Amino acid sequence: MERHILPEIPNYHVLDVYEQHGGYGALKKALTMKPEEVTDEVKKSSLRGRGGACFPTGLKWTFMPKQTTKPKYLCVNGDESEPGTFKDRKIFEVNPHALIEGTVIACYAMGITAAYIYIRGEYGKWIRMLQKALDDAYAKGYVGENILGSGFSTNIILHKGAGAYICGEESALMNSLEGQRGYPRVKPPFPAQHGVWGCPTTINNVETISNVPLIINKGWEWYSKIGATKHPGPILVGVSGHVNKPGVFEVATGELLTDLIYKYAGGVPGDKKIKAVIPGGSSTMILRGEAIEGVRMDADSLKAAGSSVGTAGMIVMDEDTNLIRVITRIAKFYYHESCGQCSPCREGTGWLWKILKRFEAGDGQSTDIDLLMDIANNIEGNTICALGDAAAWPVQSMIRRFRDEFEKRVRPVAIAS
Amino acid sequence: MLTPENLKKVEDLRKRYPTSQAALLPVLWIAQEQEGWISEDMMRFLGGLLNLPYGHILGVVTFYTMYHSKPQGKYHIEVCTNVSCMLRGSDKILETIEHHCGVKPGQNSSDGKWTVSEVECMGACGGAPMLAIGEEYHENLTPELTEKLLSSLK
Repeated sequence: MERHILPEIPNYHVLDVYEQHGGYGALKKALTMKPEEVTDEVKKSSLRGRGGACFPTGLKWTFMPKQTTKPKYLCVNGDESEPGTFKDRKIFEVNPHALIEGTVIACYAMGITAAYIYIRGEYGKWIRMLQKALDDAYAKGYVGENILGSGFSTNIILHKGAGAYICGEESALMNSLEGQRGYPRVKPPFPAQHGVWGCPTTINNVETISNVPLIINKGWEWYSKIGATKHPGPILVGVSGHVNKPGVFEVATGELLTDLIYKYAGGVPGDKKIKAVIPGGSSTMILRGEAIEGVRMDADSLKAAGSSVGTAGMIVMDEDTNLIRVITRIAKFYYHESCGQCSPCREGTGWLWKILKRFEAGDGQSTDIDLLMDIANNIEGNTICALGDAAAWPVQSMIRRFRDEFEKRVRPVAIAS
Repeated sequence: MLTPENLKKVEDLRKRYPTSQAALLPVLWIAQEQEGWISEDMMRFLGGLLNLPYGHILGVVTFYTMYHSKPQGKYHIEVCTNVSCMLRGSDKILETIEHHCGVKPGQNSSDGKWTVSEVECMGACGGAPMLAIGEEYHENLTPELTEKLLSSLK
């Protein structure tokens, strides 16, 4: 398929080159449309969020109030921190102007006059790349006051995070942007009513926004025919772990997982068998190697297979992988990143990690497997944000699909005579 | 505490946000770039500057892993040990670093040259295993490449 988000054009990140290939044409077109027509186009395209929840983007935009005395805000989520995910970084590198153009179009559609692009602090180098592109876009009048003489004005501000996975959660991101600790907020109220600084706010992922110029340029009908019917469009899939050529690949949604592994990522080193695949970042449910046959990278197919698209960060594990080490490391991550507001998550993630360490040492107890499941079940659904669920799902799925791995590491008990 | 140039930067930054509290994260970045870390005195100074209580600033500094409330070594080596890096041998990279720098993760070397941290996913899974020194990512490492890299740092 022709690549749109990460095109194979040298120096595409340079404004002149981007313009030569039609760049900012979508913005020009959007500015001749009514804002609600722009939203309608995105809605009809069936674009779904690429940040993990697959929520319909156009529908989200319609939640923003039309009549309000308060300023409205757009937050673009570039906090990309889900283990196995490294796609937004590619957009900053290869196609920063699509992100900027998409941001301005989104602002126009929703009547927003300030957008904050929140990028994880570790990406300092990539923030500078995007800042350069943004400065160039300002200089050409694509961002700022009276954009291209349309009378519409909006500003884009880059905001650097400081190392906290939780700030990728939309309400934590808003608190972080306000200069607070990244604590998720209780919903409702939802961001479209009461978001950052108490004002109507929409939060979209970097990749989601980068799809917007394409939709405006080519039209919703064209876009909605790419890939899976209910989850269409190009998608950036990160493939890492035991593959010969790890990387980010732009494919149409609905690509076979096996094609992503064997055709795009060059297969498994030493032609080993695949033991397990995490399809969409560390929080998505792990699949057995033999179960990925015929499964596709789209919301419906992965749901049917018992997992989810997440951030499309696939981690491949070969037949020699110690899965107990993998799940212990994942549990440690969620324990480290829990913000500590909700007891089930604050305590539960630590308990999961401690018990899993016993299995890692070959010192599990026979009752520990059920105990792990019990703790995970009591975290899931009982917390303010989805980090609790994200900590529970990998453990639940690992036990359900690889129970034998745990059983092998139960300490033999001496039978009392 | 902040240099006159940095105070000017803070003034410019505040215009980007509707509240002065919102400038806190970028202002902390400026302070850390100037001093290498963020001391209690600095936090109190910034509290005066942004009209925020010291407790709030301390809470923010300690919440985010990238703000340092203690002095750091000349080189801060951050090595990712999360799943994608682990699957591709980050254990050996960490071992090499510990051996070369003579410290465990979370420690500074006594000569002030090194700080070593084990970090969570840095978004470089396609180049695993990796480490970062400041903003620079070093990817597709082997123990030999790591040794070579560390030896080149004077």
